[in-house]
Amino acid sequence: MTLTLQLGIIVGYLLLALAIGLFAYRLTDRTAEDFYLASRTFGTIVLLFTTFATLLSAFTFFAGPNIAYAQGPEWVLVMGLMDGIIFAILWYVIGYKQWLLGQSYGYVTLGEMLGDRFGSTWLRGLVAGVSLLWLFPYVMLQQVGAGTALEALTEGAVPYAVGAGLITAFMILYVVVAGMRGIAWTDTVQGAFMLVVTWVALLWLLAVIGGPGAATSALEAEAAHHLALGSDFYTVQWMLSTAITIGFGVAMFPQVNQRFFAAGSKTVLKRSFALWPILCVLLFVPSFLIGAWARGLDVTIPEGANVLPIVLAEYTPVWFAALVIAGAMAAMMSSSDSMLLSGSSYFTRDLYRPFVDRTISERREDLLARIGVVAFATAAFAASLWNPATLFELGDAAFSGFAQLALPVMVALYWRRTTRAGITAGIVASQLFYLSSLFLGFVPATYAGWSAGLVGMGLGLVVTVGVSFVTTPAADERRAIYFERLGAD
Amino acid sequence: MRRLELVGWTAVAIVLCVFAIPWFLWGDATTVAGLPLWLWWHVGWMGLASVVFWVFTQRAWGIGIETEGRSPQSTAGTDGDRP
Repeated sequence: MTLTLQLGIIVGYLLLALAIGLFAYRLTDRTAEDFYLASRTFGTIVLLFTTFATLLSAFTFFAGPNIAYAQGPEWVLVMGLMDGIIFAILWYVIGYKQWLLGQSYGYVTLGEMLGDRFGSTWLRGLVAGVSLLWLFPYVMLQQVGAGTALEALTEGAVPYAVGAGLITAFMILYVVVAGMRGIAWTDTVQGAFMLVVTWVALLWLLAVIGGPGAATSALEAEAAHHLALGSDFYTVQWMLSTAITIGFGVAMFPQVNQRFFAAGSKTVLKRSFALWPILCVLLFVPSFLIGAWARGLDVTIPEGANVLPIVLAEYTPVWFAALVIAGAMAAMMSSSDSMLLSGSSYFTRDLYRPFVDRTISERREDLLARIGVVAFATAAFAASLWNPATLFELGDAAFSGFAQLALPVMVALYWRRTTRAGITAGIVASQLFYLSSLFLGFVPATYAGWSAGLVGMGLGLVVTVGVSFVTTPAADERRAIYFERLGAD
Repeated sequence: MRRLELVGWTAVAIVLCVFAIPWFLWGDATTVAGLPLWLWWHVGWMGLASVVFWVFTQRAWGIGIETEGRSPQSTAGTDGDRP
């Protein structure tokens, strides 16, 4: 009975997402721009929630509360700073400028925007290649998460491979059919659903245990040091390194970056920007507090298990716990579907079109993009069954990997003297440095407490600026296009 | 004038980043209404950030990005900027 109910809720939820995708299909044009960017028509609510739901993966429901349980609630501060403040500022600094450029020149991807400015197909391919290197394993991790969560929820009745396969199949269906518009609409529903379900979970838990005062007293009795700000784990360097690298990394993640192009108007960008910090804090506080308070409650968390589902299973009815798992699935799918679409667009526009077939028509590119989604999802699913250690490590480090792109891109956006050689060297040097800190034993992962990700960002900045100083621009660079006639009116 | 405004807003952005985590409460474990004081600070700070962002969208949006003299808003109060 319990199993039927749990599966019923999850499958019902998947079908709802599919129905929304099919509905969106009726409004789509058969062009690549519509498939990737919904023809740049998003309103405030849709842009806000699609970015929100895309940004927050299963991490908010599983790994985040686990960290708060093990180390204390300071995690709220790190996430608040990285997503609520740093990313919001980049929303303006990178996002608004990208949006204006997209309006003027019709760019769909980051690589396209840079390749056009620097007159270099190779730079365009490099940006796409680097992005896919980090994106693919990250998608794989989401599938691993989905498979594991379903297996745990149903106590093995749905094996890992079946769970991950089911989620992948549903995503392929609605992404291929409906593209960005379908994704954004399902994201809006998913984002709202996550918010509501997390708050209900928190209030429910507090009602059972007797309010925040009682919960905090219980935590104080069990682990008093969790209430004091800072610890051996939450050092100043660690908190800042994490917040800065992930905050900048988010802005370069293809599925988030591409949303900068998709806003319908300047007003939409402004409103979303102002609402952003509040939306973040509304989700992070309840989600991570449940994890932090769980430490003081009378529940045993087995080694390696996720805190949130266990606490909910203990204090709330079965149907509600299943709803929250559906919320976690929502978080996972709303990130993965967008990643599939962006991954496919980076591949078709920045690798296939410039290097394989320059003359491809709009209709054919649209078809190729859909085939790309199926191929990308299937390959990531196959990899998730095998889950090789190298891919796992790459996926785990994806935010810092993307963060390496941020500063060279910002220099290019705001400094006229940036040269093709400068930005290319900046991107290559920081990527090589960060990859070697992951895989080569003799390159340290921290420098006086600061992470290699952050050090790599600094390196990328210095190399981009330094090499630009000593080189002259290539003849086919269009140095003025980021600076001339920019204004939305 | 516009340049000074840009410096001002950059300073505001840095302050918003710096105090999102209340460093001056480091090691403090005071709780208020069942939550650590430093968490209340953070929640309040995020609310403040939203208000500041909203003021920015009303008064200065486009600064540092839009080309001078192109956008009606950017020249509303500073006609002297027009070439």
